Amino acid sequence: MTVESDKVPAGFGLAKGKKSRSQSLGLARYLVIRFLLIIPTMFILISMVFFLMRITGDPITAALGGRLPPDQLADRIHAAGYDRPVLIQYFDYLGDILRGNFGTTLSDNREVTDILAQYGTATLELVIYALIVAFIIGVPFGMIAAYKRDRLPDAFLRLFAILCYATPVFFAGLLLKLIFSVWLGWFPVSGRTDYLSELSGLRNPSGLYLLDALRAGNMTIALDVLKHAVLPAIALGLLIGGVFLRLVRTNLIGTLGSDFVEAGRSRGVSEYRLVTKHAYKPALIPIVTVMGLQIALTLGGAILTETTFGWKGLGFMLAEYLTARDFVAVQGIVMLIAVIVALTNFLVDVIAALIDPRVRY
Amino acid sequence: MSHEREPGQDPNTASPDDGKPVLSISGLEVTFATDGGDVHAVNDVNLDVRPGEVVAIVGESGSGKTVTAKTILGLLPETATSAGVVLVNGSDVLSVSASQLRDLRGRDVAMVFQEPSTALNPVHTVGWQIIEGIRAHAGSGHRISRKEAKARAIEALAKVGIPDPGHRVDFYPHQFSGGQKQRVVIAAALALNPGLIVADEPTTALDVTVQAEILELLRELQRKDGTSIVLITHNMGVVADLADRVVVMYRGDVVEEAPVADLFAHPQQDYTKELLAAVPHLGRNSASAGLEERAHSEAEVLVRATDLEVEFPGGIGKSAFRAVGGVSFQISAGEVYGLVGESGSGKTTIGRSIAGLNKITGGSLNVLGYEMLDFRERTFKPLRKDIGFVFQDPGASFNPHLTIGECVAEPLWVHQDPTASGARDRVRDLMDAVQLPGRFVDRYPHELSGGQRQRASLARGLALNPKLLIADEPTSALDVSVQAAVLDLFKEIQTEYGFAALFISHDLAVVDMLADWVGVLYRGKLVEEGIGSQIMGSPRHDYTRRLIASLPVPDPAEQARRRAANRELLTD
Amino acid sequence: MDTTTSKPARQPRWTRLPIISHLRKSVGLQRTMLIIGLILSGILFLTAIFAPLIAPYGYAQASADGANFGAQMAPSAAHIWGTTVGGYDVFSRVIWGAQTAALVIVLGVLMSIFAGVILGLVSGYLGGWVDRLLVVIADAIYAFPALLLAIVMSIVISGGQSNLFGGIMAAAISITVVFIPQYFRVARAETIRLKAEPFVESAKVIGTSNLRIISRHVFPNATRTMPLIFTLNAAESILTLAGLGFLGFGIEPSSAAEWGYDLNKALADATSGIWWTGLFPGLAIVLTVLGLTLVGESMNDLNDPRLRGRRRAGRKKRGGPDMPADAYVNGTGLEVTK
Repeated sequence: MTVESDKVPAGFGLAKGKKSRSQSLGLARYLVIRFLLIIPTMFILISMVFFLMRITGDPITAALGGRLPPDQLADRIHAAGYDRPVLIQYFDYLGDILRGNFGTTLSDNREVTDILAQYGTATLELVIYALIVAFIIGVPFGMIAAYKRDRLPDAFLRLFAILCYATPVFFAGLLLKLIFSVWLGWFPVSGRTDYLSELSGLRNPSGLYLLDALRAGNMTIALDVLKHAVLPAIALGLLIGGVFLRLVRTNLIGTLGSDFVEAGRSRGVSEYRLVTKHAYKPALIPIVTVMGLQIALTLGGAILTETTFGWKGLGFMLAEYLTARDFVAVQGIVMLIAVIVALTNFLVDVIAALIDPRVRY
Repeated sequence: MSHEREPGQDPNTASPDDGKPVLSISGLEVTFATDGGDVHAVNDVNLDVRPGEVVAIVGESGSGKTVTAKTILGLLPETATSAGVVLVNGSDVLSVSASQLRDLRGRDVAMVFQEPSTALNPVHTVGWQIIEGIRAHAGSGHRISRKEAKARAIEALAKVGIPDPGHRVDFYPHQFSGGQKQRVVIAAALALNPGLIVADEPTTALDVTVQAEILELLRELQRKDGTSIVLITHNMGVVADLADRVVVMYRGDVVEEAPVADLFAHPQQDYTKELLAAVPHLGRNSASAGLEERAHSEAEVLVRATDLEVEFPGGIGKSAFRAVGGVSFQISAGEVYGLVGESGSGKTTIGRSIAGLNKITGGSLNVLGYEMLDFRERTFKPLRKDIGFVFQDPGASFNPHLTIGECVAEPLWVHQDPTASGARDRVRDLMDAVQLPGRFVDRYPHELSGGQRQRASLARGLALNPKLLIADEPTSALDVSVQAAVLDLFKEIQTEYGFAALFISHDLAVVDMLADWVGVLYRGKLVEEGIGSQIMGSPRHDYTRRLIASLPVPDPAEQARRRAANRELLTD
Repeated sequence: MDTTTSKPARQPRWTRLPIISHLRKSVGLQRTMLIIGLILSGILFLTAIFAPLIAPYGYAQASADGANFGAQMAPSAAHIWGTTVGGYDVFSRVIWGAQTAALVIVLGVLMSIFAGVILGLVSGYLGGWVDRLLVVIADAIYAFPALLLAIVMSIVISGGQSNLFGGIMAAAISITVVFIPQYFRVARAETIRLKAEPFVESAKVIGTSNLRIISRHVFPNATRTMPLIFTLNAAESILTLAGLGFLGFGIEPSSAAEWGYDLNKALADATSGIWWTGLFPGLAIVLTVLGLTLVGESMNDLNDPRLRGRRRAGRKKRGGPDMPADAYVNGTGLEVTK
């Protein structure tokens, strides 16, 4: 079929030979443009959260309304500037954020940035563990499911993946706790460590407890930290792992059906190599892109996991502040998550671009 | 290349080593399971291919030729069951174990695919892909080192005429042009020097000038290395150019088998005769035969392009792409203007610009007195009833949720305000005009065949008696025999209704059959314009010459003469 | 409008309805998955409708015949799944919870389909700067954790605590806002794909008005993937609802039964080995989401020829495994040629 394409015809001449300057500039330009695209994303999220939270009224009334006499309440509202026009508050807030000032919590009067710094690392540590679990589950089993598609192992793995997705993290956590902590007693019920004082006594703690324990050379603490991490990591890891499994399976099936895999087969390449080498790398580009979008799922899951296991991270604190109706703190944490989401999506696109030679050259 | 083997001679002279056949198929049956029950794709096919022989399997869609080709490498999908014997170098592909089959593939028989851009893995270098095949056969004792494999990959690339192979072995597929990609695919097939190559429509996705180069390459391989080739194709010109022997398939059966010269000169079976008669032959049936000057030149001018320019904006940070630049031409009432060019020449863009589907960005394009540079949908709409359009893909150009009758009536509802019975009568008339049975009005598009749909598409284009009909590759998605019928119909209706037409095609022979005046486009420029028969007979521009020389004619003897005569033109 | 023709009926119309047509063309494993999914989803909706008949007690009932049920009672004849820490009957609350879940699914998904699809159609068809702006906004929302957005929305709508109607509406609207971008993206992508289809272009060449093109040519063809997203989002909305309830943004136990809320309360029970308060509402969530996801996934596979399983012919198989059958056999012919 002759299809007119809009592309410049390659014709019978030679295609561009060496990597020309303009081509390597292409990647740099792509990255710059992609980076600039973060700005509108963050701007939209920040604005959206700000205005949504303000529709309901000011945070002080929300937190203290009914507990303070009306005149005192009005004074505090005035002092905090919440009686000014919303647009002025908005531009103030934008300015504050640009300067790295996310405000002060109402319930315990702390800088939101402090909370972010203190609890952010805990969430990071949990997410890292969970991602390790997710990759161990998702990638190899996704490959097996794709290769054995429509046969028994595939049916089993698909059902497993759907179950991972269908089970709320807090229910999975509850079951894990019940079985492995309460009944079998293998792992602690909640928390991050039993050696909090030892860990916080370290100089320049990173906040990643395992790293800190290893730096201090204390294997007892390191083991304790790991024991605390096992159940939360599995609960969150299963959720993400199920998604990864389906992603790998679907995309691999797509590339396994492509002409170039058949071409490899026609040259006598083994089925194992066709799956692991020929089909996997092209499938990786969409896989990585969509995995990046799972950062939203991961963070949402982390909030629930932390609450379930008393893991004092951002999600745990978010739930605490929500209960305390401290919307300044809530807004700060939500904003930070928006920033993390935008940055992660950028990083993922960079990785995808590096895998894909069509962008790289 | 000093000497050229004449195809059409006794094939045995080309392959004196008339030993055991490299491929021997007997009693092959292939059945597919589909939603609608089992489909017999191939029935009782018997075929031998001797060393050094080029055997073409020709047929239209559904003939079973591709299935036969895939069977030779054991590449049928799970839904297929097969019976019979397919011997490749003495082992039966249908009964050997999986690992034996793997050994066989690439070593004894290799495949060249239709679409080179999908047959190459986009994220691995071409060298890696060739090496994969080489190292897959490293078993039985000695391992092939990476270095050695790479040397052999470079050697294979050199053999297929990739310049600077030592450097380009590390290139990714997207860094090659379409024709070069197909050379790489051939190199990968050749890496282990198999005695047999199965080439499945190896030039169908390529432009005709590139096709000529690939055919030359295959011929050379066969001549120098004595490689046998099973050539799967629907293109009779390609068959005449390359094959020694021809197997004609129709609906899973072998209809006829003969040496190439005999088949073209004295086809035995009715199907073969019809098939050959339907193939357009450059220089025959020219619509403009005997014309001395441009017809209709005194009639009203419907379309006048002056230095027409169409640019498409590039993505962010990319420069705009100029699809058409500085093209001037005119179409008068009643005239059939043939626009011919390869992919990327801008021919489709011009057709779409006239119909207001593309904005033009420079020069002037006057359509029925309307300047397209100032295009506004609102002001152009009244003129749309005078322009009909026939799209390339008849399957996609009908709304799947509407019946054929509703689709054909759509222009009436938009521009006139017909009564229900008035519309029904008009649709009836149109269906008659395009020779479709009246009961088809109640059918849905997917219930019609490709040719029937294209007739209906023509009926829709003519619904409002337009002054101008734009036909964009209207027959290139159709089988050859269907194409012939649709072209005849087009010609007949054009004579009867007398509308002007812009007929766009990549196929010179087709354009020459229909158009009195022909324009040749090359990379967005109109390089030559003139009376069809004169352009085909004595082209003035180099590109036109090359285009004509590249097009194989469906006659082995004539094609061999043309090839010899055009040697220099094709190899520079 | 319906002009020259009457509709031919090769097959009865109902066989072309989404789920039924999927069921008809499914085979083997995929058919099993689809049927299990349909059964589970059916159970949910039947339970929701007949909750008053099935549940032995009300969702906020902590006593019968003047006697309190007692808190955290183990399963017994009177309370087959035991009682909660608040002294409610677990079985009854799980049954009533189906009603809340079904209501939220129906409300949330209907509202988001409506808004999302219309926005997507118009935005995709017209293009231009409005389209670009909407895409950036939709992408930003899409990338954001659904749960967080739902939390923010429920703060906006109900200040975080609510009665039955307010709670369900808050949850449904939160879910709507979360899912609008998804419908928007899908409807827009379909529209853009269709816009380039020759049959839409041929309508344009004829001079058909934009409204007529969208309503007659684009919309009927753009709804192909909607049932799929519908089921997947229904599943996700259950999870979002449960997540909200778990974080304390659910519906007060006196207003309605909600599984996520009960799980929240059951968390502390689990530490002391009380399993029945958490297990049953948890299982209800899992089975509901599982059912809806199975339906959605099967439809997805059946819509995508690459993923669709085929009957195998005869007994003997040949050739490499795992290849898409459609490359060889499609409706018309058996080959991929010109």
